Amino acid sequence: MFKTYSYPKFPYIQSEEQKSSQVRRHKLVIVGAGPIGLTAALDAAAHNIPCVVLDDNDTVSVGSRAVCYAKRPLEVWDRLNVGERMVAKGVGWKLGKVFFKDRLSYQFDLLPEDDNKMPAMINLQQYYLEEYMVDEIGRLPQVDLRWKHKLMAIEQRNDHAVLTVETPDGVFTMEADWVLACDGANSDVRSMVGAQFTGQFFQDRFLIADVIMKAEYPTERWFWFDPPFHPNQSVLLHRQPDDVWRIDFQLGWDADANEEKKPEKIIPRVKAMLGDDREFELEWASVYQFACRRIDDFRYGRVLFAGDSAHQVSPFGARGANTGVQDIDNLIWKLKLVIEGDAPITLIDSYNEERAFAADDNLLNSTRATDFITPKSASSRLYRDATLQLAEDPDAEFARKLVNSGRLSMPTPYVHSSLNTQDEDVFGGGMHPGTNCADAPVKVQGKDAWFLNQIGGQFTLLSFGTAPVESVAHGRVSAKVLQVGRDIADEKGILAARYDAAPGTTYLIRPDQHVAARWRGFDETKIARALARAVAA
Amino acid sequence: MSLNLNSNIADPDAFYKELIDSQRGMDDAQAAMMNCKLVLLLANHIGDREVIREALKRAGGAV
Ligand SMILES: Cc1cc2nc3c(=O)[nH]c(=O)nc-3n(C[C@H](O)[C@H](O)[C@H](O)COP(=O)(O)OP(=O)(O)OC[C@H]3O[C@@H](n4cnc5c(N)ncnc54)[C@H](O)[C@@H]3O)c2cc1C
Repeated sequence: MFKTYSYPKFPYIQSEEQKSSQVRRHKLVIVGAGPIGLTAALDAAAHNIPCVVLDDNDTVSVGSRAVCYAKRPLEVWDRLNVGERMVAKGVGWKLGKVFFKDRLSYQFDLLPEDDNKMPAMINLQQYYLEEYMVDEIGRLPQVDLRWKHKLMAIEQRNDHAVLTVETPDGVFTMEADWVLACDGANSDVRSMVGAQFTGQFFQDRFLIADVIMKAEYPTERWFWFDPPFHPNQSVLLHRQPDDVWRIDFQLGWDADANEEKKPEKIIPRVKAMLGDDREFELEWASVYQFACRRIDDFRYGRVLFAGDSAHQVSPFGARGANTGVQDIDNLIWKLKLVIEGDAPITLIDSYNEERAFAADDNLLNSTRATDFITPKSASSRLYRDATLQLAEDPDAEFARKLVNSGRLSMPTPYVHSSLNTQDEDVFGGGMHPGTNCADAPVKVQGKDAWFLNQIGGQFTLLSFGTAPVESVAHGRVSAKVLQVGRDIADEKGILAARYDAAPGTTYLIRPDQHVAARWRGFDETKIARALARAVAA
Repeated sequence: MSLNLNSNIADPDAFYKELIDSQRGMDDAQAAMMNCKLVLLLANHIGDREVIREALKRAGGAV
């Protein structure tokens, strides 16, 4: 197995603190080096927060696992210097086809918007994603990434937590002002702090297989309902780099996972799907059953949750990793301000407010897709099939809108967030407070550049007129002016169009590239008030 | 707008016959499938979620 990828084995190194038995207090300890913990480490370093990452293993994700990455997480990774490498290796796609029985039911185009640095969607095996982040972390002195370190227990104190960690050299104790639990869906930390993790379990089991083949199939997402080669169930086919194809077979609730995982069971299935004559090799396979659930609170004292430890969604719509990255994007700048004493601790609670809202949105979407794909009663199955049959009628556009083979992950705007300042001026377009910023091509010192690469990491005042000052501050938090026409040129007018800007329009943008407030003019008092609100002061 | 419960179809007897006749020769499964399509087509035509919800309720649905 694994013809296309050789797994790195990262060295275990005994830490100084374990050797010397000196209990050290760290600012931030991240538990888990999956995609979310690694993203957190990169973002912590970007904010100059020293951190320790603990992982009980010593390699990357085994098997492809998460495959599709959407534009917003790619933009976050681009801010953290790993996005371009992922896009270069990944395969881009935009066309999805849905088949019902032996016929094409309909197809959809992601219709990526032009003039964005990052593509709408790429496919990339999770192990590449993790490997690239580990490489980048190697260049960052702020991150101490420790393999073969398993968190065994947590004790919460008033203003810190005490961690018991096991390594090949035994057990030792560490202290942390903040602990970020990125330890996955079966999070131990969750049970250590007594958090609830509730929602809906789905009975159906799915077989996922990574298959190597040279195929001339176009780079598209193909989804089958009830195909002749796998009757009554659904199948998904996706292309990944290195001629690896990902196939998901729905197995139904009574499948025996250990039995179905055996090559002699998988190979005939894949053969039936591809037609007997196509050559392929099976690279990796796994059977899973999934749930849609979330933690009751993303913060327990000094312990914060992000990624699968905080929410688990069905795989339809590729939301797992995508949404976890956005948790980190939301959290780390807040943590930085709180650690530095520049914002009250209640700013951290806005993390739960905003990301629990996003998690609920994701859960709703993924539960709806799951109910469509795996109908729970004869009658709901009948409606599903009726919808698919109607969708084949070229005139029945309405039915195609009802077909749900997974709605692709889109960022959830924090429309109700307490950090937003509501509009007092009239704006068109979609850049409401709480929304992630749209990208646009700009010029910086005469050279082609992207707008999103000019912002992020700190507060920005995007000014479409001559700003009277260089920055506006609340306490030690300052928002620096980025003036269109001076610092960046918007030659094509795309930036102004996307932000519905007129001369004088001003946007207050958060460190996570989300709009906090906007006005038709530049009023320092109003800006300072909005800035205070955006840091929960 | 609310759900219209007054008679709204000219020549009700002819409509009813047309409805029943449209499923002539179908077995139960085919008729059930057709009914589902019909519900989807008509619901989309109505469009108004309030009206549809009221109809779901009147029909004994758990809403
Ligand atoms: C079989 C399978 C298939 C999937 N397919 C898809 C898909 O097609 N699309 C998609 O979007 N998502 C998919 N997912 C989900 C996706 O992989 C997750 O959403 C994503 O990996 C979440 O990242 P994470 O960092 O939160 O957690 P994980 O990737 O689970 O990482 C958790 C890390 O924490 C470590 N850890 C756990 N406990 C401890 C401890 N006590 N001490 C120290 N370290 C610890 C683990 O070793 C691991 O490295 C799949 C998941 C699985 C298991």
